[in-house]
Amino acid sequence: MLSARDIRKSFNGFAAVAGVSLDVPAHGITAVIGPNGAGKSTLFNLLTGHLRPDSGSVAFEGRDITGTAPYAICRMGIGRSFQHTNIFRKLTVFENVRAALIAHAGQSHNFWGRSAQLYGAETAQILNSLGLSDQADTVADSLSHGNQKQLELGIALASNPKLLLLDEPTAGMSATETREAIRLLERIVIERKLTLLFTEHDMDVVFSIAQKIAVLHQGRLIAEGSAMEVRANREVRRVYLGERQ
Amino acid sequence: MKADPLARRIPWAVLVFLAAACVPWLGSRFYTFLATDIAILALLAASLNLLLGYTGLVSFGHAAYFGIGAYTCAILMKSYGVSFALGLATATVAAGACALLFGAFCVRSSQIYFSMLTLAFAQIVWAICFKWNSVTGGEQGLSNVPYPNLGWMSSLPVLGGLRAGDHYYLLVLILVGLAFAVLKRIVESPFGSTLTAIRENPERAEFVGINVRRYQLAAFVVAGAFAGWAGALFGIFNRGVFPDFAHWSKSAEVLIMAIMGGIGHFWGPAVGAAILILLNQQINAYTQYWPLILGLILIILVFVFPSGVFGAVHSGLQRLRRHRHA
Repeated sequence: MLSARDIRKSFNGFAAVAGVSLDVPAHGITAVIGPNGAGKSTLFNLLTGHLRPDSGSVAFEGRDITGTAPYAICRMGIGRSFQHTNIFRKLTVFENVRAALIAHAGQSHNFWGRSAQLYGAETAQILNSLGLSDQADTVADSLSHGNQKQLELGIALASNPKLLLLDEPTAGMSATETREAIRLLERIVIERKLTLLFTEHDMDVVFSIAQKIAVLHQGRLIAEGSAMEVRANREVRRVYLGERQ
Repeated sequence: MKADPLARRIPWAVLVFLAAACVPWLGSRFYTFLATDIAILALLAASLNLLLGYTGLVSFGHAAYFGIGAYTCAILMKSYGVSFALGLATATVAAGACALLFGAFCVRSSQIYFSMLTLAFAQIVWAICFKWNSVTGGEQGLSNVPYPNLGWMSSLPVLGGLRAGDHYYLLVLILVGLAFAVLKRIVESPFGSTLTAIRENPERAEFVGINVRRYQLAAFVVAGAFAGWAGALFGIFNRGVFPDFAHWSKSAEVLIMAIMGGIGHFWGPAVGAAILILLNQQINAYTQYWPLILGLILIILVFVFPSGVFGAVHSGLQRLRRHRHA
């Protein structure tokens, strides 16, 4: 569904992503793991048009999207979240999701309609599926960290994406919150028949839901495959065990 | 931000409009003069707030579009004998078109660089007004801009006894009221919600599929067009147009009005315009040190009422109401 071919990106001579090729199969859950500084977020930013690769190409459903603007990539059906929660802070939870729905429906240029009368039911439905209905009128800024992450997921879902890219969806969450967030994520992926690509530092999370795992180390993929294959990979063990002990 | 149901049911904007419409019958030429001034600058401040409060863009050059509107309408009416209606429409379109041209460059930069570019383009507009003697009258400006023909108002029963200035004031009030109604509708539209999303988080807005620059430019054009509308009205009210209209200090004045009233509310900048004009009148009667007083007011404002006068009153009322309910 999404495929990257030998993409590279350097910052001031430092190769953050040094030639990565990755295929994300449709209707599956793929995870990118790797130690801090491995280039996971840079890779994500390259895939979603936030950054332009120095070389290499990215294709989505067979179309080359290298260098396409983020808003256009979003309209093709790729939704994303950020590692640092990225929401409309001073708007209410309801307004956050509605703003995304308005954009998705191509209503942004409608200057004569009334926002208050639009997408009420659709917004409520998304909030309901995320368990955020009670907080619909809360200003996003005053939500708990976990709820803000869920809200960001809601914003991404409002664009009705085919492919969802989540950068560390459980970052900063407690063990309980993480478990709930993952269960929620799994349910939504199945309900909406989504393709999911996510980065994660928590190995338990990754091994519990990902069907395909890619391991990034120093800007390169060192392993790719099912949970079992990756776990058995000597290179992966060396990188991870070497770092942890 | 839910208002008390009773307070919400009272159409405050309509009441203020009706009260303002009674000003000519107070009988003083001076009051009509002040009210016209306030009405036009309230609209100018509100148009700036579409950028400032709704889209999160700080323009240091909003007076340019005010000036373009004023000059366009005045030149057409004085030099070419064009009717007021056509002059006003052309002024609005001209200001919007210039905003489109300049804005296309400005929105390519963000934050302080955006602001600096708006200032730079405004200075160009000012310089053209100042130097293009054959068309704009240069430093002397254009005086004796004709009033629109409002003779028909004299034949109406209630309005017949009023002066020409009063007639023009009533016209201004209707046209400003109309502009406010359209502006309000715009900020409450999906387009308005999109601008608010951009203000809150341009990065996230881009990733929900919004072409951020294009919408910033659209806001810039709409704000410029409304400023042009206000400028056209002001040139006639002032009976002349001068390069000062487009000067950076005028842009600063409008910025101060908007911030003083409160950029977080639709009506804030209008309230700020009224306060600043009335204060200016009062203080000028006692002292020539208006800039000094203005500076002091600004300092107090920033430290005590960061959300502006309207914002402070609004949240004060809400606190009171909550108290009563508790």
